[in-house]
Parts: sequence; C-alpha cells; structure tokens
Amino acid sequence: MSVEISRHWRLNPQRYRLVGEECPRCGGKIFPPRDVCPYCADNEPQPSFKFSGRGEVFSYTTVHNAPEGYEDQAPYTVALVKLEEGPLVTAQLTDVSSGEVEIGMPVEMVTRKIRVQGDEGLIIYGYKFRPQLQAA
Amino acid sequence: MPVMKPARDVGIVGYGSYVPRYRLPATEVARVWTDGTGGAPIKEKAVPGLDEDTLTIALEAARNALARARIDPQDIGAVWVGSESHPYAVKPTGTIIAEAIGASPHTEAADWQFACKAGTETIQAGIGFVAGGMAKYVLGIGADTAQGRPGDALEYTAAAGGAAFIIGPAEESLAVFEATYSYVTDTPDFWRRQYAHYPSHGQRFTGEPAYFHHVTSAGQHLMQELGRTAKDFEYVVLHQPNAKFPQRAARMLGFEKEQWATGLLSPVVGNTYAGASLLGLTAVLDVAKPGDRILCVSFGSGAGSDAFAIKVTGAITERRSLAPTTQTYIDRRVEIDYATYARYRQKLQMK
Repeated sequence: MSVEISRHWRLNPQRYRLVGEECPRCGGKIFPPRDVCPYCADNEPQPSFKFSGRGEVFSYTTVHNAPEGYEDQAPYTVALVKLEEGPLVTAQLTDVSSGEVEIGMPVEMVTRKIRVQGDEGLIIYGYKFRPQLQAA
Repeated sequence: MPVMKPARDVGIVGYGSYVPRYRLPATEVARVWTDGTGGAPIKEKAVPGLDEDTLTIALEAARNALARARIDPQDIGAVWVGSESHPYAVKPTGTIIAEAIGASPHTEAADWQFACKAGTETIQAGIGFVAGGMAKYVLGIGADTAQGRPGDALEYTAAAGGAAFIIGPAEESLAVFEATYSYVTDTPDFWRRQYAHYPSHGQRFTGEPAYFHHVTSAGQHLMQELGRTAKDFEYVVLHQPNAKFPQRAARMLGFEKEQWATGLLSPVVGNTYAGASLLGLTAVLDVAKPGDRILCVSFGSGAGSDAFAIKVTGAITERRSLAPTTQTYIDRRVEIDYATYARYRQKLQMK
C-alpha cells in the first residue's frame, strides 16, 4: 500500500494538470515526462511544460471486459488522444456515448475519478477527455 | 445590527460554474414511488456521472473562474470548498483543488460545512480575507452531489452542481460587494448524522421557521441597512431547494418575476445544495449589464442565511465570454431513467 500511495502522489502534476516537458534541444513537447526526449534522444534535464488539454481523437475502442477496479464503469471508451502540441495520450473518454465517438473529434481534458480503491482506500483523480465545450 | 462592509472594496474577479450532463425528470421518481400521482417540485434534476463527485464538479467550476479572472493561480491565498458531500470524511477537497489549478503550496486550503450555505460562507470569509490584506485573491467554491433517500420528497430535487468565485480587489472585479450580512439560529430543520448515508428532515418544519424565516430576515435586513428596497435591484437570487420556495420568498421580499427568473435554475437542475444560490448567481452574471444590482441570499439548514448586495462593473462584458456560460451546461442535457439513476448514484447493492 505504501508504494502505491507514493506512486499516485508522484503523478499528481501530470494527472491533475497535464504537466509534461519541453525538450531544451529540439523543442519537442513530451508527455508523460521522461528522462530521454523521444524525438531527438537528448537526455538533458527538461523544463516542465503545461499542455492546453485540447486535442482530437486519433483512435478509440470500447472496453466491455474492464480490468479490476474499473468494472463499475464498463462499458467505457478509451482513446488515443492527439494533443494539439503533438504527443499521443491514452485516456478514457467521458460524457460521451460510444456511438458518438469519431476519429478526429475535438476533445478537451477534464479531471474525473479514475478509480476508487474499495470502500476505505484512496480516490484516484486524473485526466479524461470529453467532447470540447464552447466558451460563451 | 449593522451589516458587514469590508474596510477596503472587494469584488468578484472571476466566476465559473459546472452542472453534470445527466437529467432525471421528476416524473421518473413519481413513476417508481407514487404510481405517477402527486405533484412534482421541479421538472428535472442534474445527476452526476459515474466518475463525478463534489471534487470534480468544484474543480471544473474553479477552472472556469480562473479563465475569467485571468490571474496567476499562485496569487490565490486561500482555496475554500463548501459542501455537504466532500468525497472524503477526512482528507480535504481544498488541497486537491489547489494542486490541480496550480495554487499550491503557498496557499491556505480548507473545507467548509453548513448544509446548503457552506458555499456562500467561503465567499463571505473570502471578502474579509482579501479586505484585510491577508490574501490577494481567495477562491471560494460551493458544490455538492446531494443524495435523497429513495422515495423521499428530497429525491425529486437532490442534485449535483457547483459554482466558484475568485474574490479580489474591487478595481480588478467584474462585480463588487456593497455589503454582506449573515443571520443564524439553532433551527433543526434538516440534518445528517455521522456515517448516515441519507439526511433526515422536519417535513413541513423546513418551510416557515427555517427557509422562509432566515432567507427573508437576512435579505430584508441587508436591504434595510443599505437604505434600499427590492426596486433598487435588477436581479434577486435565493437558495432554491425547489421551484416554489424561492419564488414565494422573493415575493415576500418585494421582488417581481422578472427579477428572479434569470437566477432561478432549480426547475431544470434541481437543488444543488451548497452550489444552489451561487449557481443562480453565475447565471445572472452571464447576462447582467454594468451597473446592475443583484441581491443574493443563501440558506443552510441548521439554520442560517448569508445575504450579499452586489453591483456589476464594466469588466463583466469582456470577462464573461472567457468560459462556458451556465446555460451551456444546462443545455448539455442527457435524460436518464430511474434505473440508470440508481446505477449512477450507487443505489444498487453490489456485494
């Protein structure tokens, strides 16, 4: 349980705010954060970069046989979301029926409950994506 | 008793709202529990999705408030969340909000509780915090995912939604607080004991000695001390546990339908508890003109009311288009039946 707690805690910035990195050499935007730039293999320390949260559905599938901890949400749609800054992120789609999802659909990041650790454990919050809402 | 006026002018720098997209028509509750007979207190209520709770609702409202405020979240000196349905019994909602909007770690954070007026308390305290120079900005939120016992009168109305306000200096504000006032007594109209899942209430006792007495006393006193009457306000927003109570209380205070119609959302979203009066206020700010005056009065069981006299400034016109309007969320409507509602609200025994 203690390792589990620290793992979730360490991921707060990326899960809550989509904080990734920007490569100091090639300028590529990196998500999730990692030691080596996936574009130019630079391994200098990379400054943080906050993604806008906007993107579009690159591909998707509907999960009917959910893994442990996610059963109560099935069926749900998981998508590869291409963020407007470049990276592909795997995330659950929310506030959408599976029949409404299309490749290329504009989506935006929202923070939702990802899973709940039973009746007494932590509630894990993180990013999901939903169809973009228009500002006023 | 004099009203509360900050020593330095303070206002609303940004505001934001959130309403989940699912709607349970009152006819569905009646179909299951009364064979479709009897009147319904509202048309329909907003129901949270499986992955939503008070935190996720409060957070989206807070992000919308930040978008309108256009401030650095690091300048927020306190993050306060008022609710009767905080996700944890012990572990603050405020710290998660602060972390997620980028306000932590140099900030105050706390969760507030006073039934349906927990949200306006954060605003009232925020006015003092900012006016006293303790913080440049305070983020005050009211949000709830209220539950009513299946078949109870409250099941028609207990809904989900919330609103967030960034309180700051008047010169940066889109609306300024002219004064505020709070009126509380020990009146046992509605309560929920530790570990109880559903609240208990005093049936008809929740009306006259509780809701009507506190709302009208607070509203009347604030107007009187400011030397104003209902005619001086373009809008009035009252706590809205159903459709009837706020309209009757507004009439008792001397208001007409045109003044309350904009901020009366309970017929189509239900009672969002700590979010209710504040959500109505966001709907008014979405359309108000510079110079308009708004009277907003909350009500929390137990019991008390916070009243605010607010004057809209010229900054409203460019600022309100920076986030989705409350009507946008209301229009994003997906109707569900009682069975889906029972699943979404975890009313089914799974083990």
